[in-house]
Amino acid sequence: MPAPTIDAPAVKMLNRADLTKRLVAKLARDEAVVAGIGNTNFDLYAAGHRPQNFYMLGSMGLACPIAFGVALAQPERGVIALEGDGSILMALGMVKPRNLTIVIMDNGIYQITGRQKAATASSADIVAIARGAGIANSHWVRDEKHFEELVSRRFDDGGPVLLAAKIDDKPGIAQTVRDPPLIRNRFMRGIGSGRASTLDA
Amino acid sequence: MAWADSFLRTLKENDVRLVTYVPDNVLTPLIDGAAADNYFMSIGTTREDEAIGTLAGAYMGGLRGVAMMQTSGFALIANALASLVVPYQIPAIIAVSERGTLGEFNIGQVTVARTMRPTLDAIAVEHHTLSDEATMPFIVDKSIKQAFTTQSPVVFIFSPLLTGGNPAAAAKLR
Repeated sequence: MPAPTIDAPAVKMLNRADLTKRLVAKLARDEAVVAGIGNTNFDLYAAGHRPQNFYMLGSMGLACPIAFGVALAQPERGVIALEGDGSILMALGMVKPRNLTIVIMDNGIYQITGRQKAATASSADIVAIARGAGIANSHWVRDEKHFEELVSRRFDDGGPVLLAAKIDDKPGIAQTVRDPPLIRNRFMRGIGSGRASTLDA
Repeated sequence: MAWADSFLRTLKENDVRLVTYVPDNVLTPLIDGAAADNYFMSIGTTREDEAIGTLAGAYMGGLRGVAMMQTSGFALIANALASLVVPYQIPAIIAVSERGTLGEFNIGQVTVARTMRPTLDAIAVEHHTLSDEATMPFIVDKSIKQAFTTQSPVVFIFSPLLTGGNPAAAAKLR
């Protein structure tokens, strides 16, 4: 896989599940995490369920808009979108909240649909695209240590930030229950906006 | 315009503050009216499904929203409705300006407009066609309340009977 030429000429090939675990370990303030369809969401779940995780089961390309909506509704909470390179190529039109961080796991393929090559395998540079779209604080992740440095920060300010990592092609590790109302309900309670009910007693 | 003022007023009465939209000629009084009013948080998006995704995230974060688009844009959101709004039970309020009928000049709009109601019926999403200023406040108010109470989306289709249709059409029709 050709190394990206923007700001990190020698990035290491990383692993999605490993990076996701490292990211989750840094979440100290009940940050909301919205994970896209497929492997980003499988590996978020595999990193250990948190009530502030939202798992998508479809609607490819919408992790960033959903995370953006949460960031608008709760401007004091850090919000993180976990997306793949194929998905982020679909959704590039957001405005810029300071409490939004986007992490792109770029394996250069549409892995879950049969490993077809994505534009990121040859020409499309996610970080250059993000900078072109106005997210100046966009970085290629050089290696695990660099990733740890980039996520050792408060997520409720200083954004938007976009981190893109070139990752290997290991499949997702575990999958959450496929029950969308349950996922939404738990997520809303996890970020403090769930409907209170006497049934909770 | 009275219909636009009425719709925005009913949104306010129901605590619907977020307005996500893709630009549309007919809905301009709504979009401009929301942008000019500090009560609303107005977010222009580049795609209609981005407007739906943003609204879904905001709802889960505790902020009620409406997504505005035209008929042809609605044709882009079938998957966002079928795989996000409906299964996750998101009470999305969606406003669609109806093109493709009652004085349309663009054959493409005519064809795509025919997919809208069958699509909504196929996935059992409630929809109301707004054609009359007198009944509009009741329909909109009760339907928004029903949407949030029952965790279900609702689509308001703004008929040319209400809006006067696309202002650009008159010069192009023979």
